[in-house]
Amino acid sequence: MSRALVPHETLANALGADDLARGLQASGYEIVRTGSFGLAWLEPLVVIDSEAYGPVRNLDTLDDVTLGSIESLPAITGQQRIIFDRCGRIDPFDYDPAWLLGQLTRDPRETIAEIKASGLRGRGGAGFPAHIKWQTVFDTLAPQKYIVVNADEGDSGTFADRLIMEGDPFRLIEGMMLAGHATGADKGIVYLRSEYPLAAEIFARAIDKAKALGLLDTFDIDLFIGAGAYICGEETSLLESLEGKRGEVRTKPPLPAVAGLFGQPTLVHNVITLCSVPGILDMGGAAYAEIGVGASTGTIPFQLAGNVKRGGLYEMPFGVTLRELIEDWGAGTLSGRPLGAAQVGGPLGAYLFESDLDTPLTYEDTAKLGAGIGHGGVVVFDDSVDMTEQAHYAFAFCAHESCGKCTPCRVGAVRGKEAVARLVTGEYTHDQLEVIADLCDVMEQASLCQMGGMTPIPVRSALGIK
Amino acid sequence: MPSSESIRELIASCVRQTGAPISALRKIVETHGCIEDEHIHIVSDVFNLSRADVRGIVSFYADLRTTPRGRMHIRICQAEACQSLGARALTKEVSRSLGLQIGETGENHEFSLEGVYCLGLCASGPNAMVNDRIIVRATRDDLLT
Repeated sequence: MSRALVPHETLANALGADDLARGLQASGYEIVRTGSFGLAWLEPLVVIDSEAYGPVRNLDTLDDVTLGSIESLPAITGQQRIIFDRCGRIDPFDYDPAWLLGQLTRDPRETIAEIKASGLRGRGGAGFPAHIKWQTVFDTLAPQKYIVVNADEGDSGTFADRLIMEGDPFRLIEGMMLAGHATGADKGIVYLRSEYPLAAEIFARAIDKAKALGLLDTFDIDLFIGAGAYICGEETSLLESLEGKRGEVRTKPPLPAVAGLFGQPTLVHNVITLCSVPGILDMGGAAYAEIGVGASTGTIPFQLAGNVKRGGLYEMPFGVTLRELIEDWGAGTLSGRPLGAAQVGGPLGAYLFESDLDTPLTYEDTAKLGAGIGHGGVVVFDDSVDMTEQAHYAFAFCAHESCGKCTPCRVGAVRGKEAVARLVTGEYTHDQLEVIADLCDVMEQASLCQMGGMTPIPVRSALGIK
Repeated sequence: MPSSESIRELIASCVRQTGAPISALRKIVETHGCIEDEHIHIVSDVFNLSRADVRGIVSFYADLRTTPRGRMHIRICQAEACQSLGARALTKEVSRSLGLQIGETGENHEFSLEGVYCLGLCASGPNAMVNDRIIVRATRDDLLT
């Protein structure tokens, strides 16, 4: 019998994948509901006996959207898929634990040494070397240690956490268990945002499957659903929330690796950081460090979003330029108009322009522009974008999402919003750009966390403040 | 209005869970539609928190609503990726058609309109939800018919 892979993923489902699966089943195909390959512009992407079709709107017109073999589709073969190698190809619940069980017999020190050799840095936004956190949790003696997964993927333009949790939840379970084994933590908690109900359903089912396989006899995994707060993506706010409180950020130190959840040593990582771990241990840390550029080692799933023709997830080594990403992979703007700006790294990331496009996307090169890679999101705007409006939004978003604990962020965001509004109305006596520049300095230097501390980045870049 | 006993029963299973009061309040919203004063008293009692603590939690999280939503609950993404594809214009159009601003519920509870910050479908915006249904490349007509 012919086999059809049909994604069971939020975007594909919104575009009718469930109906396609039913239709194909009625026509006698064996259906496997997979995750998405991440090529949003081709969804729903259906694979029948390794021939790809997409976007499939209707089964009668399947031959109009033939893409050739899935194994030779340039949008996939041109990537270097380490994290997402299985995603899209497999039944997410059909899991063979042999490789994982082998890795779990390794000496924890050896595992940490591999992570150190790999040069892996946090993929949530901060880019902090992962092995330092691992070593700290390992070294700290405590009755209980935790692995906490940050799946509160709130950045606009990002969907990598969602795609891996919907398409290959066992990749995350592997990452969590490997981290738990290496650091001595026997409890893992995933903090997932409430806007991702399908990811929650699929991950919960994967936990049940892992239990049935006997994987969770010595390591416990819990899924917690957030309640709608962007700030809970900040690690200490997330920990407060997991303790059942308002998600107000904590002062650091102590670092969560020393005293985190309920005061115990806690390894907090973004989903994609942990999902990078199986690939690293499989190929060896040294081999992983060969990928990428300089101190930006390995791959990162870039998420191309907004006004772009071929939006989606592209896992690549660090060092690809913004121009390659937007023009070659993305095929330019969806509207067909010239590029206006691209915001890199989420709502707290910089707006970059035509003259910045040849910047290689590495932690170091983006830092030279006063920008960052964040969680790998790139939002494309065409030339109709109003940069003053975007600066206003950056402050407004901060005002909306600020936890309220520190004054520079709580008050600064509101005052900033007002100052940008005055730029538009022209009703002012002092130079408002100077006022905004000053306010940005205060927020950057005096805020408790990166919410207030990084809001100046989109504001300055949008308004051209140096 | 469910009885106090049925609310206690509903949230009893949350007690030993991680982040318990938040999960309990979420359950109340899911089954009852919103959180009312009486629920705050019950949650504070069950979790041994002050009522001020519980109100503090409720006011912090967007999902823990204290007013019922409309029968047609429309949420339009307001974040950057959707902005780049016309979410501001879409929001204005829908807002004008319904006579509601973001955050408002109509008098007869037929419609409510809310902003949402990212549904994670950023390559196919503007995105919206009507009740639990996700709509990508949303237009005014998709949302109102």
